[in-house]
Amino acid sequence: MRLMRRIGGWFDQRLQLGAPIRETMEHPIPRDTASWYYVFGSAAMTVFGLQLVTGILLALIYVPSAGEAWDSLQILNHQVTLGWFIRALHGWGSNFMLAIVLVHMVQVFLFGAYKFPRELTWIIGVLLLLMTLGMAFTGQVLRFDQDAYWGLGIGASIASRVPVLGPALVSLVLGGPIIAGATLSRFFALHVFVIPGSLMLFVGLHVLMVLKLGINEWPMPGRVVRRSDYLEKYHNLTHTQGVPFAPYGIWKDAVFSGVILLCIAACALYFGPFGPSGQPDPRIIQTAPRPDLFFLWLYALLSLLPPALETPVLLIGPAIAVVVLLVLPFASGEGEKSWKRRPIAVLTILLVAVGLGTFTNMASHTPWSPVMEASTGVPVPPKLVTGHSALEIQGALVFQSKQCHNCHALGESGGKRGPALDAVAVRLTADQLVRQVLQGGGNMPAYGKNLNPAETMALVAFLETLHPASQAPAQDASHITAVQP
Amino acid sequence: MSDLSRREMFLKVALAFNGVIGVVLGVPIVRYLVSPVTRGRKPGYESWISLGEINQFPSGETRLATYRHPLANASDGETADIACWVRHMEGDKFQVFAINCAHLGCPVRWFPQSGLFMCPCHGGAYYSDGARASGPPERGLFEYPFKIVGGKLHIQAGEMPTPGVSPPTAASALIQINAYSSFGDAVRLDKRSPCA
Repeated sequence: MRLMRRIGGWFDQRLQLGAPIRETMEHPIPRDTASWYYVFGSAAMTVFGLQLVTGILLALIYVPSAGEAWDSLQILNHQVTLGWFIRALHGWGSNFMLAIVLVHMVQVFLFGAYKFPRELTWIIGVLLLLMTLGMAFTGQVLRFDQDAYWGLGIGASIASRVPVLGPALVSLVLGGPIIAGATLSRFFALHVFVIPGSLMLFVGLHVLMVLKLGINEWPMPGRVVRRSDYLEKYHNLTHTQGVPFAPYGIWKDAVFSGVILLCIAACALYFGPFGPSGQPDPRIIQTAPRPDLFFLWLYALLSLLPPALETPVLLIGPAIAVVVLLVLPFASGEGEKSWKRRPIAVLTILLVAVGLGTFTNMASHTPWSPVMEASTGVPVPPKLVTGHSALEIQGALVFQSKQCHNCHALGESGGKRGPALDAVAVRLTADQLVRQVLQGGGNMPAYGKNLNPAETMALVAFLETLHPASQAPAQDASHITAVQP
Repeated sequence: MSDLSRREMFLKVALAFNGVIGVVLGVPIVRYLVSPVTRGRKPGYESWISLGEINQFPSGETRLATYRHPLANASDGETADIACWVRHMEGDKFQVFAINCAHLGCPVRWFPQSGLFMCPCHGGAYYSDGARASGPPERGLFEYPFKIVGGKLHIQAGEMPTPGVSPPTAASALIQINAYSSFGDAVRLDKRSPCA
């Protein structure tokens, strides 16, 4: 024991870190702040540490070359001992890190912790969020599969829409004229050097400021922040009723970080690594690329926005969102901290959460995409063709062979791009059906060139049978009058 | 001049010296970083590439063709193998479409029975002549200029087509073209958008 102390003393005489570490550990925090609500920041930092370690481990095997990256991921998954587990830890760590960073941000926002004097801590936090999102996107690219390849194409296409600078940005993003070796190399440099280096620097500053300015006190309704007297009040709070950070606050941080690491390990063990999906060969076009979980909402938004709104929303929307986040601490740097007195803040969070959740949920069904295999793999339900005339059955064949089923559902099967046709005869008369099929409209292509008159007749005869037994098909009113005066 | 102010002046000179060296070093660093952009202007990425004999594209059909990017190097692997759709109407009338959807670049698939190109990502659809049929794209498919040389179909390609403003050298690849050229004829460019 004496030897240990002597060795410790020898190092401390040279490093001189003992006193500042002790001071940091024992600095007083408000009594209420030693709470389970204040554990997300430290957990995010712990997961970042896990990402650094597993990232370095993956870099021992991974080859950042467009021709070999996919193969090296297969080697990690199938040949290297526990390579799959390290990949799974890194992949799940990424999802957990983003989720925790978002929860941390929501907590900080609802607890008013961005107000005076912690404006800069919040601003650096916003930059950390953007960098974490950057790590998620570049990491998805390094998993160099079909999704990564076409995801890069989507990224380049978005970049190309920037006025004036668009084409130059595309070349800069891709590192050349096409998605190829240079593209992967620059995303590797971003993911492994540039962004993690910046993250480490900014995480350091973020934590330093939390220590220097003190952790946010528990918000009490009516305890209003004013620049004139906040520092004095906070000083009283910490120095009269405060408790030392260690062990009062830090034990909860440590427990929560451990639980999160355990959850990541459990997910990695149970669900395994993410992909890679098919080879990044642009000649293989039988693919339906989709982004990772945290970008699914964007995928839905890109499908649902009206075409004319897309470019402005894509280019201006993110800029506005970032500016709003950066300006927030200056716009409301004083006042109530408690969420109980800030209904608009609570509603904003609910609105954003419901919006992102809805878009993410929609992106897991992709109702906007044609079901490419429906015409060959999903039959017309037999009950819709039994007991029908030859012409109507011929129409069902036309429906299938002309790929109507890719966009229109019949009895729950098929695409959802267009309306389901189970009761189309109730909505449209025979003449209206002919017009819609031949001329298209309302986001439906015109089939006039691809259907001959006999096929059109048969198809419409079949569609005319699609109505519930209890509802009569639509009829042309003028026709009824003419026939039955 | 006191000793202290002399040393302060030395410090200023030293900092200025480092600043000048920094700027001098910054020039090659920036030029290196933007080389993918500047290189695109000078020699250009576009070139004429053969898709093979025209008789592998039967008249009245639309078929997938692939080519190796002429600037490919070893580390590109399969990513330098680019696909495109070749529509042979009749005789020497062709249309060659980029594989990339004009919305956000996903690979469109050809469905001969319904005569449509469909995109798996966000639901864009195009007619057989590349014109926009439905969905989020704001224009028709990107079309490559082509010519027939010695019984082979050549296209002018090089850059991945994107929906934004086209760079000067790639302009011809990014606008809609009705290029019905025969051997040796200049390609006729028609800037009429098929979306209209």
